[in-house]
Amino acid sequence: MKILLVDDEKELVSTLAERLSLRNIEADWVTTGEAAIKNTETKIYDIAVLDVKMPKIGGIELKKKLEEKNPGLKYIFITGHGSEDDFKAASSEKGAEYYLVKPVNIDDLIIKMKEICFKKEQA
Amino acid sequence: MSILKKLKPKFWDYHDVAAGPHKHLFNFRRIWKQSVVLISLVAIIPLVLITILDYEVTQRAVETDFLLRTARLVSNTWRTVSFFLAERRSALDFVVRDNSYNSLCDSKRLSNILKNLKEGFGGFIDIGVIDSNGLQRAYAGPYKLEGINYREQGWFKDATYKGVNVSDVFMGFRRTPHFVIAVRHNLANGSFYILRATIDTDRFNELLSHLELSGQGDSFLINKGGVLQTPSKDFGKVLDKIPLPVPEFSANTRVYEETYKHKGLVIGYDYIHDTPFILMIVKQKAELMKPWQKTRLKLIGFLIASISVIVVVILSVATYLVNRILLADQKRIMTLHEVEYSNKMASIGRLAAGVAHEINNPLAVINEKVGLIKDMLTIKDEFKENKKLIELANAALYSVDRCGTITKRLLNFARHLDVKIQQVNIDEVIKDVLGFLTKEADYRSIKVSVNVARDIPQFESDRGKLQQVLLNIVNNAFAAVKDGGKIDISAKREGTDLISVTFTDDGCGIPKSDLERVFEPFFSTKTKQGGTGLGLSITYGLVQELGGSIGVQSEVGKGTSFVVILPLKIDKKEGKNDEDIACR
Repeated sequence: MKILLVDDEKELVSTLAERLSLRNIEADWVTTGEAAIKNTETKIYDIAVLDVKMPKIGGIELKKKLEEKNPGLKYIFITGHGSEDDFKAASSEKGAEYYLVKPVNIDDLIIKMKEICFKKEQA
Repeated sequence: MSILKKLKPKFWDYHDVAAGPHKHLFNFRRIWKQSVVLISLVAIIPLVLITILDYEVTQRAVETDFLLRTARLVSNTWRTVSFFLAERRSALDFVVRDNSYNSLCDSKRLSNILKNLKEGFGGFIDIGVIDSNGLQRAYAGPYKLEGINYREQGWFKDATYKGVNVSDVFMGFRRTPHFVIAVRHNLANGSFYILRATIDTDRFNELLSHLELSGQGDSFLINKGGVLQTPSKDFGKVLDKIPLPVPEFSANTRVYEETYKHKGLVIGYDYIHDTPFILMIVKQKAELMKPWQKTRLKLIGFLIASISVIVVVILSVATYLVNRILLADQKRIMTLHEVEYSNKMASIGRLAAGVAHEINNPLAVINEKVGLIKDMLTIKDEFKENKKLIELANAALYSVDRCGTITKRLLNFARHLDVKIQQVNIDEVIKDVLGFLTKEADYRSIKVSVNVARDIPQFESDRGKLQQVLLNIVNNAFAAVKDGGKIDISAKREGTDLISVTFTDDGCGIPKSDLERVFEPFFSTKTKQGGTGLGLSITYGLVQELGGSIGVQSEVGKGTSFVVILPLKIDKKEGKNDEDIACR
């Protein structure tokens, strides 16, 4: 399971990546949308964890850009604004598997990731 | 005092404190006064003018009428008196033409003629024949007047000169009022004699006293010197001089007004031709005007009644209209406040969301950092035994979790301000609302109990409005109870289509007189504490927009109970959203 973490909060995203690696989950992290696009050009990821609100390219826009070249990539959104219900009501984006509100509980995040991988394998 | 208080319109003491520099435009008492004065002037002035005009015209018509009637009466009486005198003069004229001088000088014949005159005409007392020297040759009557010489008497000279004479009334030898008619007759030898008859004035008096006189009238004859020839009720007896000036000569009947002893008199008179007599009829003006005064009273009564009715109608209509203007203005202010309230709530929502977002990010960083510390303590072997550090990390994570719950609640509250009709769980909404007041309840030791019946399903409603309603009522309950007080919130089903949410507190209660006004806009008992009097009014409006109703029961000193009834399915037409409110 290879994860790409994208969030403009460097401290958050780097720490989260380190915590995931402590749990033997390979996670790369970047702080901008452009860096994320660049990373996906050279590496293949199973899941991209995207912050909804980021400077220049937000999470939803980034997802659209990534979808074109990475059809198998699944997405989890995280944000400090709103909640899961709110996101579903507000966003019509397809392919976004989960939506988590900061601060994220790492155990919840790993459960969601495993669910996505399980579904992928089933498909 | 209490009646005056009840009659006092709502707008009387109303002051729109929010009107600012346009305060004068919202001075309803002034608007009312201006309306009343203006409408009264427009309505009453023409009425008063018409009444005055009518008063003048009618008065003039009445005065003209009784002047004419007096003139007519004088004219008729004049004709009667003139006829009386002319008749007797003609009778004497006939006698001198029908009888020779010698036969008239015969006492028997003369007595016979007197008898015939008395029976035929009446009024004759005696009759005598006087020769050209003034010597009475023959006499028939009750007195012994034969041989008396009248040469120096005025009437003799006048009759000799003019051919006929009617004398003033005088006492003469017999000491009773009488007058004389003398007729001259020329003889063939160039001489002449005079037939003289004395007429009883009682016949005159009788004639004048039988006149039908209105206005305490008085009728009498005077001579040209102003001496009464017949008795007068008001001006003296026969041969007294009347205290009024002798009216100037006129060939026709005339009527004029005179003041005598501060009383207005209407005097009609006419000169009787070929006699010294002037007929006068005097009436008191005040008496004549009595019928007019009755009419005048009716006219004034009608005017007063009309003005009273007009004033009552004007006051009622002006009060009604200004009350309507006040209501419309209050509705306008209410709408503005509602819009302001909605905007305020939306601003609070945006602010809360912004704050929550800003806090959530650093909170997430703390969460991850402390999480990493904990991971290292639990996963890496070299730190595994340090329980103290693990406890510290757990405590930090617990606090982060608490902060996260608070920011999520804030976000949740803000999010629902914009959401329209959706499925709502009443238990969740109550708990969300109470979440904001938990700390205050703890600090003030207020016991809040919630009891939601299990059979209440999720129902259609506008969650944002519903949480505003509940928050307003709970806030009121918190304000009403003392520290250590109690607030019970219970929800249950009411039939198949409704649910009720009851908020009961053991606070100070609401007086009965205020109870029916608590939902009125701007009604507040806390104005000094900064209350706007709009909280419950807005709550009332919101509940109505949700298709429900709200009621209140209270007892001073025991507490208050608000009951909100809500439908399980909202009627789209009934429920109005925020845009509707803004557009109203």
